[in-house]
Amino acid sequence: MIATHSDAPEAPTSAPKAGTPATEVADGAAAGGAGVPHVVGRVDDVPPGEGRAFVAGDVQVAVFRLRDGSLHATQAACPHSGGPLADGQTDASVLVCPLHLYAFRWTDGACTGAAPPVQLFPVAEQDGALVVTV
Amino acid sequence: MTAVLGGRPEGMSTLHFAMDDADGIDSRQRLVVVGNGMAGARVVEEVLERGGGDQFAITVFGEEPHGNYNRIMLSHVLAGEEHEDDIVLNSHDWYAGQGVTLRAGVRVDRIDTHAKIVYAADGTTTAYDQLVLATGSRSFIPPMTGLYTGEEQLLPGVFGFRTIDDTRAMLAAAAEHERAVVVGGGLLGLEAARALQGHGLQVEVVHAGTHLMNQQLAAEAGAILATSVEALGIVVHLATRTTEAIGPDRVRGVVLADGRAIDADMLVIAAGIRPVTEVALLSGLEVERGIVVDDQLRTDDPDVYAVGECAQHRGELYGLVAPVWEQARVLADLLTGTDPDAEYHGSRTATKLKVAGVDVATMGVNRPERDTDEFLVISEPRRGVHLSVVVRDDKLVGATLLGDTRKVAFLTQAFDRGTPLPAERIRLLVDLSDGAAEVGVAELPGDSQVCNCNGVTKQALVDTVRAGTTSVGGCMDATRAGKGCGSCKSLVKQVVEWAADGDVTEDASASWYVPGIPLAKPELIAAIRDRQLRSVSAVFTALAPGGEEDAKSKMGLTSLLRLVWGAEYEQENDAKFINDRVHGNIQRDGTFSVVPQMKGGVTTAAQLRTIADVAEKYEVPMIKVTGGQRIDLLGVRKEDLPAMWADLGMPSGYAYGKSFRTVKTCVGTDFCRFGLGDSTQLGIDLETRFQGIESPAKIKMAVVGCPRNCAEAYVKDVGVVAVGNGKWEVYVGGAAGATIRKGDLLATVDSPAAVMELSGRFIQYYRENANWLERTYDFVPRVGLEQIRAVLLEGSEEVLAELDAGLQRSIDAYTDPWGQDGGQPATPGQFRTALPLVDLPMVPVR
Ligand code: SRM
Ligand SMILES: Cc1cc2nc3c(=O)[nH]c(=O)nc-3n(C[C@H](O)[C@H](O)[C@H](O)COP(=O)(O)OP(=O)(O)OC[C@H]3O[C@@H](n4cnc5c(N)ncnc54)[C@H](O)[C@@H]3O)c2cc1C
Ligand code: SF4
Ligand code: FES
Repeated sequence: MIATHSDAPEAPTSAPKAGTPATEVADGAAAGGAGVPHVVGRVDDVPPGEGRAFVAGDVQVAVFRLRDGSLHATQAACPHSGGPLADGQTDASVLVCPLHLYAFRWTDGACTGAAPPVQLFPVAEQDGALVVTV
Repeated sequence: MTAVLGGRPEGMSTLHFAMDDADGIDSRQRLVVVGNGMAGARVVEEVLERGGGDQFAITVFGEEPHGNYNRIMLSHVLAGEEHEDDIVLNSHDWYAGQGVTLRAGVRVDRIDTHAKIVYAADGTTTAYDQLVLATGSRSFIPPMTGLYTGEEQLLPGVFGFRTIDDTRAMLAAAAEHERAVVVGGGLLGLEAARALQGHGLQVEVVHAGTHLMNQQLAAEAGAILATSVEALGIVVHLATRTTEAIGPDRVRGVVLADGRAIDADMLVIAAGIRPVTEVALLSGLEVERGIVVDDQLRTDDPDVYAVGECAQHRGELYGLVAPVWEQARVLADLLTGTDPDAEYHGSRTATKLKVAGVDVATMGVNRPERDTDEFLVISEPRRGVHLSVVVRDDKLVGATLLGDTRKVAFLTQAFDRGTPLPAERIRLLVDLSDGAAEVGVAELPGDSQVCNCNGVTKQALVDTVRAGTTSVGGCMDATRAGKGCGSCKSLVKQVVEWAADGDVTEDASASWYVPGIPLAKPELIAAIRDRQLRSVSAVFTALAPGGEEDAKSKMGLTSLLRLVWGAEYEQENDAKFINDRVHGNIQRDGTFSVVPQMKGGVTTAAQLRTIADVAEKYEVPMIKVTGGQRIDLLGVRKEDLPAMWADLGMPSGYAYGKSFRTVKTCVGTDFCRFGLGDSTQLGIDLETRFQGIESPAKIKMAVVGCPRNCAEAYVKDVGVVAVGNGKWEVYVGGAAGATIRKGDLLATVDSPAAVMELSGRFIQYYRENANWLERTYDFVPRVGLEQIRAVLLEGSEEVLAELDAGLQRSIDAYTDPWGQDGGQPATPGQFRTALPLVDLPMVPVR
């Protein structure tokens, strides 16, 4: 009955860099400059409304699939005190860290409270694959 | 300890922008501000507000590495009432966003006023056109033998109280020590004393004056204050000084002028402040006690200004923030040319003790000074109350409120604004109940400052209301008005009510069940039933404004849906807090804790053996007996949870949820020679019946076999006490966590079955009527014991049957979450790590 194995973290992506750069970037405006796209997993790995953590290149990222279908990616550790952001809760405008409940805006990563901003990464779906550019 | 307050994630920054002088392409004037405290930062804000960003390239030097923070609030931080992150006014990011160069952590050494160059301690030079000195004050350290270990190096355990670093150091020391001496019985000293006492220290105050707060209070008021402070358990020594700090390695005590010695392991010096004037002195500017400025806040050099506590204006030095705000406005008017004739004519000051446990507010003078002054005093030493006002030419020129500050908002307004006073002067101090209207807020001019601590004007509040924030709390959040010393709260409320013109929205958080759905709990429950809403997303779609989901409302809604629908609620994992998604309590490093059920605190050798084996197999960093009478396995990796549960083969103890938690028991009749009832068995039965039931907040119970109360039943949400002859008392609304409250006796019943029935009904009544996150210790007094009794003891059969059925629905819906999700994850990756590159656990291993 032990279910951990299907659940274990993806082997840190030996997954190849995507052949074509991600062109449809969900939140490119707020995200950093020209990075390298990485296929980190399948869209289905992230249940609606939740977040999951992946490794893109050598960067750990948290990817969220909101209930409206949009995808967002942030740094995995909370800028406030290292909290696991993928375990946070979301709505259409913010991500809430599970440790001290600071909220971060999807639009620009800014914290609605006094914590520093979170870094956003472009993320897109390509044929069911999740492509994160870091 | 070294975190930079208001800093950037990359660490401390010295930001440089294209407009730096080195580039030479910026045509703007160069404005340099020395000092990043309340005054310096406020000048920058006021200049920017007047469009000064286009006129000036601004550079701010701050000796402290932090962003700009609200120094006033350090008292609250020391008292543990406020987190340091919440007192940041302008973070490093704010400066960056405004295009202001912040040189945080860089001290300025001197200025060459002829060459117009600033020399900083890091060796850099910065040219300026206009310069503002805002270097503030430092703690005055009175001479004392043995106070220093080396040059400038205070004996370990000795603290000033001026900066966030001082405050952090005191907080760290307070956690380790027992006895503190505070030197100085003024505002700051009393706030420090009370804050340290709140951390459990025994505190003595040594004050050189003949009465406390002698700067603000007359002698009789000071004497009453001393009595009130001593009643709090703080020892006060008046009219004496500390002459020696006893060392040698760290402070061990102090010696007073009269030869007495007091043991102490912390010595806090709050004996006044001295303006920081070194930069001005070394730069050849005129300095007396402070940096001398004229009515345009200019020093004797036409391009150098001084504001804040370092400035001496018309012979006065100020030690409060209200003058800082006024000066900053005048200076910004002058610098930007908004009002080239602006002048500062001095300030009248008002103060309030913020964390002292005794209410004290003072303004202006405390005694009549002229023959024609009117003076009204109400003194009730036994009650610790002393109120007085001084009226001159029909204007309020001074007030003292000690022990009763109900009239502070009105008096502050009259004092600041010179608003008309009631003819019957006694109305200034007490409310006479003939309904005569007070001076209204309508007459207040827009620029009058409502909140002095955070410098919020009436106009700012009015604008916030006009922009659509029509709740008092909303306006307070948006402007920070009322979030300093708190003395202006009632004035803020009046202004908001006036501005909203009767259209004040009740504070959302106050009446709505969750912030994202504008309905109180009964209406929300009705709507959920009517529309058959079974999932959190369905609730948002149907009931939220614009159908928008709200992250911070999800957890409360999940709980409510389970209350309403029991097993027929439609589970959505994203609507649950992480604890409820993985059935463990998240730890600081992202690992979880595992607390198996151990009903009534009773375990077996076999259970202990299994727990021991599992702890070894999964290398659990710490095994701990909890305050709830069971065993906690802490620091478990998320991905190990299902396997651990399977190996344990025990149900979850629900130590993580807003739900029924544990029933603590004592050994009762079976073993204890005093036992009057079988408390252990009753505890086990209660835990079996109520296990896992979700509720507005935690429910903790205890059953004890006699009133000796060994399992602390008097301070539980539901506490049961055997009193003999088969009778049991049922207490509700008790607490011994953040709040301590003895439960109220709901009823005495005569069988364990009756206890089960009554406590079940209470739990269900609480579940249906309490606000989200409202513990029973708030709920019971809010609703009133009488009301609860009326429903649960005298209510109709029908109502009671409904309560019973509602609870039964949830009892029937119970499934052990460990058994369930352990075998079959609820969503893909439910137990996957959220920090894949971090080697967890990072919590210490014991
Ligand atoms: C493990 C335990 C401390 C221990 O080592 O003994 C504990 C640990 C925590 N308590 Fe507690 N409390 C524990 C017994 C208590 C008790 C004593 C008791 O249950 O008899 C109290 C006072 C009784 C009460 O609740 O009134 C207690 C009053 C609190 C409070 C204050 C609640 C209040 O409103 O007064 C909080 C904060 C909160 O709920 O918001 C809290 C919150 C917490 C949290 C859950 C903090 C958090 O949100 O993460 C701690 C989880 C630590 C972790 O990571 O696992 N804990 N906590 C105890 C677990 C008991 C158990 O077996 O279930
Ligand atoms: C614990 C506490 C509680 C208080 N409570 C109240 C209250 O309830 N009500 C009230 O009105 N007032 C209160 N005050 C007083 C209030 O905080 C001050 O009046 C206010 O901070 C003065 O502002 P300032 O800018 O002049 O000085 P500061 O805020 O002290 O700022 C001066 C800044 O200049 C920096 N600096 C100094 N020299 C240099 C240099 N050479 N180079 C670079 N930087 C330099 C310092 O590091 C400091 O950050 C309280 C003060 C304290 C400490
Ligand atoms: S008292 Fe409770 S909440 Fe506070 S640190 Fe201890 S376990 Fe955590
Ligand atoms: S770690 Fe994220 S809010 Fe504190």
